[in-house]
Amino acid sequence: MMQETLDARRLLCPMPVIRTQDKVKKLTTGDELTVICTDPGVMQDIPAWCRINGHRVKECREQDGEYIIVLEVG
Amino acid sequence: MSEPKKAVALISGGLDSMLAAKVIMEQGIQVEGINFFTGFCVEGHTHAIRKKDKNKQKRNNALWSAEQLGIKLHIVDIIDEYKDVLINPKHGYGAHMNPCLDCKIFMVNKAKQWIQENGFDFIITGEVIGQRPMSQRRETMPVVAAESGADDLLLRPLCARNLPMTLPEREGWVDREKLYDFSGRSRKPQMALAEAFGFEDYAQPAGGCCFLTDEHYSTKLVDLWQARGKKEYDLDDVMLLKVGRHIRPKKNFKLIVAREEGEARFMQGYKNHFINMNCASHRGPLVLIDGEPSGEDLILAGQITARYGQGRDAEEVTLQIREKDKPERLITVKPLSADEMPEEWFV
Repeated sequence: MMQETLDARRLLCPMPVIRTQDKVKKLTTGDELTVICTDPGVMQDIPAWCRINGHRVKECREQDGEYIIVLEVG
Repeated sequence: MSEPKKAVALISGGLDSMLAAKVIMEQGIQVEGINFFTGFCVEGHTHAIRKKDKNKQKRNNALWSAEQLGIKLHIVDIIDEYKDVLINPKHGYGAHMNPCLDCKIFMVNKAKQWIQENGFDFIITGEVIGQRPMSQRRETMPVVAAESGADDLLLRPLCARNLPMTLPEREGWVDREKLYDFSGRSRKPQMALAEAFGFEDYAQPAGGCCFLTDEHYSTKLVDLWQARGKKEYDLDDVMLLKVGRHIRPKKNFKLIVAREEGEARFMQGYKNHFINMNCASHRGPLVLIDGEPSGEDLILAGQITARYGQGRDAEEVTLQIREKDKPERLITVKPLSADEMPEEWFV
């Protein structure tokens, strides 16, 4: 299983979703991706994108003004 | 038994595209959504930036629509390719800088490429003859189909019965009798269909999702092009035209003045890319300077910046100026009065 991190700071939605989508295409089932963002909109959009595309959100938290989402590729 | 047919639906996040996808899904077709991001999409961005909008819904309506429909959604970044559409629209602009017809042709063409690459059979849009925006007229419908190269692979389920048969109808993949004949600007047929499908919550209005249909945004874009002497932009330009008060005292530079805390926080991210200043002796906004101001111009910019701080009535205001590759420095200026700020400076 690979663990990858995506820096999507300063990007506004839907760019963090697009970057997540592009990164996930290069990963395989079971891999874990941590996405770090500054747009609070990602707290809705990335989980929604995961739900419709069959990926699992493992963690979704705000930390020091940043929004961190950990997902497992489905 | 033959393979089930597959269609890709252009999902804007509005009601019409959602209904169009649902109508085709009801006929047993496998549908996936595609959404194109030009950089000029309204939802999300400004709400994410402005503090006063902090409590507004920040959902992406295209993702939300796809989730309601239970379909996959592919979001495609077309920011760079879209420049040519906006800068050189073959069919011209709408009421403002909105190249709606060229935009639709471009997106349907991208969808055509996508179905070829992904083994899909046809394309669905939520277009309705006579609805806004301007690309949805009876005479433009065949133009979109022909110039996009999609031809009869493009099916508009909400008004298909007012249009010539498409390939999916001729081949019997979909039943034309179960498609619709909506036309005109009334939203009632769509609302009735939404109710029939049990859609209680949906984004409104159709066609209002692009900043290029906004008069003020378009004015700022034209000002940017005129000042640069060429029609060019990048994503940072697109974003910064959405925030702040834009003031152009001279052709060679303009000020972007943060209007509130959320905008100031967002503009902080651009401090390394622009000359910027703020009041040091009083409270005041962050100001980015776009262009190539002279030393004298920076004094004028300082006087304008001071006008937007709490020292606007003071005899003197001290400002901090940060320029790329130079040490931060202080200048002291007398703020401009309201009378010294001609109306034509405000973009």
